[in-house]
Amino acid sequence: MNTAVAARAYDVQTVRRDFPILDRTVHDVPLVYLDSAASSQRPRSVLDAMRRHYETSHANVHRGAHELSVRATEAYEGSRRTVADYVGVAAEEIVFVRGTTEAINLVAGSWGIANLGQGDEVLLTKMEHHSNIVPWQILAERTGARLRFVDVTPEGRLDMADLTRLLSGRTRLVGVTHVSNSLGVINPVREIAELAHAAGALCLVDGAQGAPHLLSDVAGIGCDFYAFSGHKMCGPTGIGALWARGELLEAMPPYQGGGEMISAVTLDGSSWATVPHKFEAGTPNIAGAVGLAAAIRYLESIGLDALRSYESELADYALERLGRIDGLRLYGPTTDRVGVFSFTYKDVHPHDLATILDHRGVAIRAGHHCNQPLMDHLGVVATARASLYLYNTREEVDVLCDSILLAGEVFGGHG
Amino acid sequence: MSEPKKPTSGPPIDRSIPSALSDLFQEVILDHYRRPRNKGAPDESTHSIVMNNPLCGDVIELFLGVSGDRIEEVRFEGRGCSISQASASMMTERLKGTKLGDARALSAKFTRLLHGEAGLERDEELGDLRALSGVSRFPVRIKCALLGFNCLQELIGDPAAPGDSGGRRRAGELP
Repeated sequence: MNTAVAARAYDVQTVRRDFPILDRTVHDVPLVYLDSAASSQRPRSVLDAMRRHYETSHANVHRGAHELSVRATEAYEGSRRTVADYVGVAAEEIVFVRGTTEAINLVAGSWGIANLGQGDEVLLTKMEHHSNIVPWQILAERTGARLRFVDVTPEGRLDMADLTRLLSGRTRLVGVTHVSNSLGVINPVREIAELAHAAGALCLVDGAQGAPHLLSDVAGIGCDFYAFSGHKMCGPTGIGALWARGELLEAMPPYQGGGEMISAVTLDGSSWATVPHKFEAGTPNIAGAVGLAAAIRYLESIGLDALRSYESELADYALERLGRIDGLRLYGPTTDRVGVFSFTYKDVHPHDLATILDHRGVAIRAGHHCNQPLMDHLGVVATARASLYLYNTREEVDVLCDSILLAGEVFGGHG
Repeated sequence: MSEPKKPTSGPPIDRSIPSALSDLFQEVILDHYRRPRNKGAPDESTHSIVMNNPLCGDVIELFLGVSGDRIEEVRFEGRGCSISQASASMMTERLKGTKLGDARALSAKFTRLLHGEAGLERDEELGDLRALSGVSRFPVRIKCALLGFNCLQELIGDPAAPGDSGGRRRAGELP
């Protein structure tokens, strides 16, 4: 577990000053960044840590006997320990990857290829991001395994009865997102992991959206794999982590071959490095790992409890404000959620809405959010999505709501 | 709580519609968006194609009824943003009864309009399509405005050798 950080008052303006990009304007108005579910911004301490690494300690890791290589290796492996401590697991169980997508591909390409065959089933849900669907489709194609998908209720929650119905002795793995990137709903992953295990299946949790808001106790979820990205939680792009139970990692074959992941290589064959290095072929993203560790230290310095309670208050405020806009339809439940809001507004297409909001400095996402099956299920082609993070303010939510009304005026006068 | 460096509250929000936005979403565009002309699949056509914009999910399916070197009938199906749908609707109005060569010339001229060529916003040949000149100030939306014309290009683009490229061609080859 992470060390407890004494709760202190949360001052969002102090937090905002840590993020240099939030000072900028777009189209001559202040930036209102509401697209953190796509990628968050990063504080100066993360940028400084990466810069310091390159300026003082950079060399390749696990290679040389020289001073810089030793320091780079310490920085890289130290970052792994920071990540592991943060999520409450052993450092050897953290595999550094490019991000959630690569983590899931690693599980599908290694564990999946080694363990799945004709007749086996992988149970996913209709609210998964494409990155927790497509790797399994590729795997199914190669192994003959079958994919099944748990329904989503009209309210925007997982249909747990459907999940129970679809779980069977054929299910080898249940893959579920911790938090939906479109609906914002927090899924009952602990319960799902228990159900999966009772059916003899493993459980993978896609933590891309969960880690930025909720993560601190992966072991407590009881799942077998947890995948997350650094860039959605104040870290740099190109770095993320896969946590997997040690015994699973031990048994899994390598995912990619190359340097770093071997113990010995001859022309007749090779033996593998121990975990987690067995899964880290090639020179890793050393500065990225340093940046991710700095991001975690930053979040911890704020205090995770204070952060969560601020985020939750802000999300409630946004929910209430958005709910008062005539003609706005919000997707997803009103409880058990984070501040990720998908919506449509009157007959203003989400792309048009995004263009109009951008003109007011408001950055949102519009489209299918890599959630096409879910969009089909909701009966929409696209939605607008505003996502909040620790640096957003009530005033920014007000600007969002006012700008939505402006879009209504741009489209309304002629309707 | 300390004062924000760049307050997002404070002065009341200016509710006037910025000119770039009113130029982009002109009344005639919203009219085509809400009351598209020539929309709906015809019973028969000589050429048709579906194209989408995978980034945003906008879809246009274009149906042509070509006789000799003339487009006798043109209809479309589709879904997406106001720009992509209005552009396709406006395009169909200009294409009906035109010769293939003139349709190609229109397509080229419209592309130049979207890239901001001066004077074209008054070119009567473009008809309602002129209203889309404001798109030139929103480079990321140019692909929206071009989706319908990309369908046209795929169907009749190359007079010598109408080729296959990408889209799902459903019927007919060109004369």
